[in-house]
Amino acid sequence: MGFEFVALSLPPLVIGVFAAMACALPGNFLLLRRQALIGDAISHVVLPGIVVAFLVTGVIAAIPMMIGAAGAALISVLLIEAVRRYGKVEPGAAMGVVFTAMFAAGVLLLEQSDTSSVHLDVEHALYGNLESLIWLDAVGWASLVDWQALVLLPPELLRMVITFAGIAVLTLLFWRPMALSTFDEGFARSLGLPTGMIGLGIVAMAALAAVAAFDAVGSIIVIAMFICPPATARLMTNRLGHQVVWSLFFAALSAVLGYVLAGYGPLWLGASDSVSAAGMIATVSGLLLGGAALFAPHRQS
Amino acid sequence: MAYEASMTEATLAGSPFVVRGLTVAYDAEAVVQDVDMTVSAGSMTAIIGPNGAGKSTLLKAALGIVRPLAGAARFWDAPLAQSRRRIAYVPQRASVDWDFPTRVIDVVLMGLYQELGLFRRLSARHKQAAMACLERVGMQDFAERQIGQLSGGQQQRVFLARALAQGADLYLLDEPFAGVDAATEAAIIAVLKSLRDEGRTVVAVHHDLSTVAQYFDHVFVINRHRVAEGPVVEAFTQTTLDAAYGGRVRLSD
Amino acid sequence: MLFDALTLQLGYNAALVALGASALGLAAGVVGAFLYFRKRSLVSDAVSHATLPGLALAFLAMVALGGDGRTLPVLMLGSALSAWIGLLVVSWLTRRTRLREDAAIGAVLSVFFGFGIVLMTVIQSMQSGRQAGLDGFLLGSTAGMLRNDAIVIAIGGVLVLAVVWLLRRPLLLTAFDEGFAEVQGINTHRLDLALMTLVLAVTVVGLKIVGLILIVALLIIPAAAARFWSDNAVRVVLLSGVFGAVSGHVGAALSATAPSLPTGPIIVLVATALFTVSMFFAPGRGVIAGMIRHARMRGRVDGI
Repeated sequence: MGFEFVALSLPPLVIGVFAAMACALPGNFLLLRRQALIGDAISHVVLPGIVVAFLVTGVIAAIPMMIGAAGAALISVLLIEAVRRYGKVEPGAAMGVVFTAMFAAGVLLLEQSDTSSVHLDVEHALYGNLESLIWLDAVGWASLVDWQALVLLPPELLRMVITFAGIAVLTLLFWRPMALSTFDEGFARSLGLPTGMIGLGIVAMAALAAVAAFDAVGSIIVIAMFICPPATARLMTNRLGHQVVWSLFFAALSAVLGYVLAGYGPLWLGASDSVSAAGMIATVSGLLLGGAALFAPHRQS
Repeated sequence: MAYEASMTEATLAGSPFVVRGLTVAYDAEAVVQDVDMTVSAGSMTAIIGPNGAGKSTLLKAALGIVRPLAGAARFWDAPLAQSRRRIAYVPQRASVDWDFPTRVIDVVLMGLYQELGLFRRLSARHKQAAMACLERVGMQDFAERQIGQLSGGQQQRVFLARALAQGADLYLLDEPFAGVDAATEAAIIAVLKSLRDEGRTVVAVHHDLSTVAQYFDHVFVINRHRVAEGPVVEAFTQTTLDAAYGGRVRLSD
Repeated sequence: MLFDALTLQLGYNAALVALGASALGLAAGVVGAFLYFRKRSLVSDAVSHATLPGLALAFLAMVALGGDGRTLPVLMLGSALSAWIGLLVVSWLTRRTRLREDAAIGAVLSVFFGFGIVLMTVIQSMQSGRQAGLDGFLLGSTAGMLRNDAIVIAIGGVLVLAVVWLLRRPLLLTAFDEGFAEVQGINTHRLDLALMTLVLAVTVVGLKIVGLILIVALLIIPAAAARFWSDNAVRVVLLSGVFGAVSGHVGAALSATAPSLPTGPIIVLVATALFTVSMFFAPGRGVIAGMIRHARMRGRVDGI
């Protein structure tokens, strides 16, 4: 049991928890700024980003793919802003135009290029591959203190932990200006705060989380975690700080419950194969939101 | 005009708020055109004019909230960047999301941002200062309330308390009486007058022409261009109102 | 070859696909214009993603009953049902909680899609190979399109247009001025529900050709493009329909010329090209026209 759990289940669980929390944290601010769907747009444009990175470098490697995805996210945010501002297109539609066009371009590029030899497809970008992030060098709980084994942990784990830590530090650091400019932009500007930069910084943090997470867990979790845990948390409390803490709790809970249900749920029901962990984590986060919408103390304004 | 000629260079230099040649355009339409404005220290000035005359835009452009096409504002003869700590701005109540998860006391504490910066911890002294500001607007019993649970008038008082917390010398208010009850209006005007009596300067975008003379001592009349400015008795006349509102309003005595 | 494709001379199957795609594009463009007027374009994103669980469940049900699980009308019915539930959840979340519509849309689209993926893995594990047909609904696939499929799609498109024609007056009135429409005795809530049903119908009809991830593009892009050319609502609706039909037709034709040109993405990119041209070159609301106006304005200011 110890070996199996530590080697096969613990790494994907930890990766899932940190990916979920990394997305939920900036998701709180996106939710309050009525930009919840920016996360949706960003996770769609990750695909063209990684395809271009593959076409340029010719290899499937984490670093170029993350750079490509980050570049695509940045371009999409700038394009949405340009279409909204210069074309005077309503924000929702501007977002819809840009991310569908970029996603379509990504699919087309993928079909046009020879990717048959490598593992790169739309499904992978959507669902990720959480279940495969195992730690074969673990022999049991003792491996957690064994440096030799620890360095052979899936690289996604360290990447996700660092990403979450980075986003958490930035959020703590800029908490006051972020809260202030989200609540009252005019007042924040009268204090001399660079509200445009703060807004862009929040979107950049979201993009960072999305880019780091999609490779491990896929876009579905990314979109769900940007929105569901913060929305659930908003219904639990009327204070921003408490909301953020609740959202991290719900994100971690969704990841753990979703992973366990996906892996063991079908076995309990008598089926032989597990189901998609990414899909199940998103489903659990939705059920938590549904429960909060029915029973949470501050569900109504 | 006469009042301008009588103004010496000394009063201009001492003025807390001077606008020169300000032009603001949204898209290709100028909403504020080549406006000059000079506010005397210790005065209480109403900015009046018809809808769409650029009253709010004038304040926002002066504070750098919207970018002007030309012109700028100076405060105590210094640029905005050097004067921010002495200026408090009260935006229109409707411009913010009142469903934001925050309490009344937290909103007032936002007024201390320039003192707190990114890191300084909130101390008991800061909370006492914020509570004192709430008391001054009569909202001390609501400190722990979620802001969405307040009435329009109460929300406006909280906004004013936040401005008080800034401890500024110049108060710029955008329609502070819009959609508030009579009791709140009286409470706000009492606070503003006490600020003036302390020697601070108050400028407010104002809609209700019937209370201009009662509340303010100076007016600035605007309809995209400056129409008139000066003490109420000089600038708030049927002639200037006709020029601004096109003869649609009458002064009643 | 492209000319042959555009003029429907590239074989029976390609002609079917092109005609089906034009009908779909026309219906999507017209419905999308009304959605755009109501500033609710992204609701379509929730609707389209919410089709996936229904699609998978319809497949599972058909297989359980001994069928091969790929009968298009049944799959469409299943998708429509789950998309309908998705719409109800969006509306329930916005009415019953303090959450706003954008959050409700995002929650529904990600959770329904996630649950759909769970069901897809169930299908994958139990019937390997058989579900190859279902993957096509993510991004659209016209390769194996049957005559009956094309007829179903065309009829769906015509039905949508017929309903829009019936509701044209209240739809236009509400688009223009919701308050006035209500004074005129129009129940705008019910009209919105009707509009969402039309969106749902377009989505379900378009699943086969464009796929559920990209169908929103046909509901959003032609309308946003058409809006640049006119301030007259009727003209915007008509032009949006034309843009949609042209995107569908040209996209399907282009895609028929080479196997590596998937239909859905090509249709979306044709629509995007129309949007880009409109955004820059439309007189009045276009970017270049705006720049010229702004430059003139600045010239006047400097001249003072």
